[in-house]
Amino acid sequence: MRALVMPKWGLTMTQGVVVKWLVDEGADVEQGAELLDVETEKILSAVESPASGVLRRRVAAEGSTLPVGALLGVIADADVSNEAIDGFAATFEAEFTPEAEAEAGEGPSPQQVDVDGHSLRYLKMGEGGEPAVLVHGFGGDLNNWLFNHEALSAERAVYALDLPGHGESSKNVGDGTVGSLAQAVAGFMDALELPAVHLVGHSLGGAIAAELAGATPDRVRSLTLIASIGLGREFLPGFLDGFATARRRRQIKPVLEALFADPALVTRRLVNEVLQYKRLDGVEEALAAIARDLVADGEQTVAIRERLATYPGRILVIWGADDQIVPASHAVGLPDGMHVEVIDAVGHMPMMEASARVNQVLAAHFEGLLTA
Amino acid sequence: MARTITLLQAINEALDQEMARDSSVIVMGEDVVGGSGAEGEMDAWGGPLGVTKGLYGKYGDRMLDTPITESAFIGAAVGAAASGLRPVAELMFSDFVGVCFDQIYNQAAKFRYMFGGRAETPVVVRTMYGAGLRAAAQHSQSPYSIFTHVPGLKCVMPVTPYDAKGLLIQAIRDNDPVIFFEHKGLYETEGEVPEQSYSIPFGEANVVREGNDVSIISLGLMVHRSLEAAETLAGEGIQCEVVDLRTTSPLDEDTVLESAENTGRVVVVDEAPPRCSIATDISALIAQHAFDALEAPISLVTAPHTPVPFAGVLEDQYMPDAARIAAAVRSVAGYAP
Repeated sequence: MRALVMPKWGLTMTQGVVVKWLVDEGADVEQGAELLDVETEKILSAVESPASGVLRRRVAAEGSTLPVGALLGVIADADVSNEAIDGFAATFEAEFTPEAEAEAGEGPSPQQVDVDGHSLRYLKMGEGGEPAVLVHGFGGDLNNWLFNHEALSAERAVYALDLPGHGESSKNVGDGTVGSLAQAVAGFMDALELPAVHLVGHSLGGAIAAELAGATPDRVRSLTLIASIGLGREFLPGFLDGFATARRRRQIKPVLEALFADPALVTRRLVNEVLQYKRLDGVEEALAAIARDLVADGEQTVAIRERLATYPGRILVIWGADDQIVPASHAVGLPDGMHVEVIDAVGHMPMMEASARVNQVLAAHFEGLLTA
Repeated sequence: MARTITLLQAINEALDQEMARDSSVIVMGEDVVGGSGAEGEMDAWGGPLGVTKGLYGKYGDRMLDTPITESAFIGAAVGAAASGLRPVAELMFSDFVGVCFDQIYNQAAKFRYMFGGRAETPVVVRTMYGAGLRAAAQHSQSPYSIFTHVPGLKCVMPVTPYDAKGLLIQAIRDNDPVIFFEHKGLYETEGEVPEQSYSIPFGEANVVREGNDVSIISLGLMVHRSLEAAETLAGEGIQCEVVDLRTTSPLDEDTVLESAENTGRVVVVDEAPPRCSIATDISALIAQHAFDALEAPISLVTAPHTPVPFAGVLEDQYMPDAARIAAAVRSVAGYAP
């Protein structure tokens, strides 16, 4: 029997609202299947099944607000008796104590580290193993990994950082090129004494990761490119400028909606957080400097295929089939030897929209369990 | 890094960061330095409530204590702005505007227009407003609608420390005269504020709570009371959307109308008396442009058309509170023609 519990998405989440069950009681479910929608202050997302089996009980009522860790449902085999299921649920509920808000603040918290004149913010979760570093994309920050960071850290130390010009890192980006951002990531790895890591990059972060992997292959144990730039020419026209110059909710909302297959994921809270970042002095200039190096005349100007050719390690490529920013067609016709995972009904943010699947393939990729 | 500070500290930090960034920013007003050279803590107290405390030590003669003559120093600030400085003048109580209104209403507000766009007047007038402090009829008013009425002025009333810092920085960088209203009852409000500088554009209302049943359009201290009411009402099954206007000029008409069209039921909450007020203005806006969406008459929760009473029991009755707001929402929510 497995308990399905309220997940913890991001450091500040203490509770979530059960919006809607997606699966009937008694239905067969695969591990990773979406069972119900939960909404937090930040985002609406689906909770996936922790195991394969039958959804025997839907414990949480739709509309209820429950603390992180609370029982939502019970997964078990079909032959387990109803009494045993009820007993399991009753015991769980009797023993469950919600994480107090004070304790919620005691988990891992972001740190700052100085790298070549940049102050970079990062968050470390997990310990030991072969460490991994997660690199977000244009305009993102370490919170882009909120559905992945904890799951991936079960087996290893996982670091997510804010690139220069992003999040709570300092806003000077120098020439803003992929090369100089890659240098900052290499400097970050030096500062934290990480000689070699599993490197995961999303979008712009993909090109940065590829740059590092090609230039210093011995520092990159494995490479993952999620909806990466640099593999083709097309790029959603107006997206970078729209993001860089928007100052108001009505301007930024359609830009953010293009990131997701399901635009309902763009909550007011998410919009506000992006606006708060964008209002900081220096951000508009930093984003403009970075954007200059990425796209010209509506086409990508960064190309990473040559870099990839010089990298001998394992490469995983993940894409959302409905990516409007960088089309999933860029995952077609890649050189042999890469594992390619294209996920249906997902946009440019597969690590958020299909977190369970992404976490699964990432964990397998880190262990060398994926075949090309 | 964001950390928790008060609205008063947020204003002080905005002034500090802008004075450090731009040497044309000066601060002037009654007691903005205050008692310089006195013993201990009383040295350079920084205004009656200490909002500008600490700035004199850093910026010296860019902090100007003025005589108690608003007409003179507001006029001086307007003139300094027209000739290249960015003055932040403190009109201690907005109730005192009568004696310097010509400088604001007929001078600062008109320069850009009358000089064919070739003159700019980047002056900020910071001023306290609002009741609830037992300060009687001449120190407790909320006269923002008088300023909002004047073309050429921008009117800002922050509710949170985050907004106070970002809106004041925007006000200082803005090339037009801005009246920056600070509610005395909000100075000790705490909230998360980034240490870095940032600016919030004017004319962008803030939806501080989402809901689909009734819209509460509000400003200043009344936003907190509206949220309090919304919390109570949520327990009764009424989901309120609470909109903080943030600025009344420019006014974010789109967000107000969007919310009214979404709920069809509107309560406008305003601490000022009801005639020719922000409340009536918002109400007229919705009646003109969202009439078809309305399911109930618009309800106004305001002060009565009287001076602010000095007697505590009367002053408490005078100001709209959460109970009155909740009652208005219930009546609007339950309205059937």
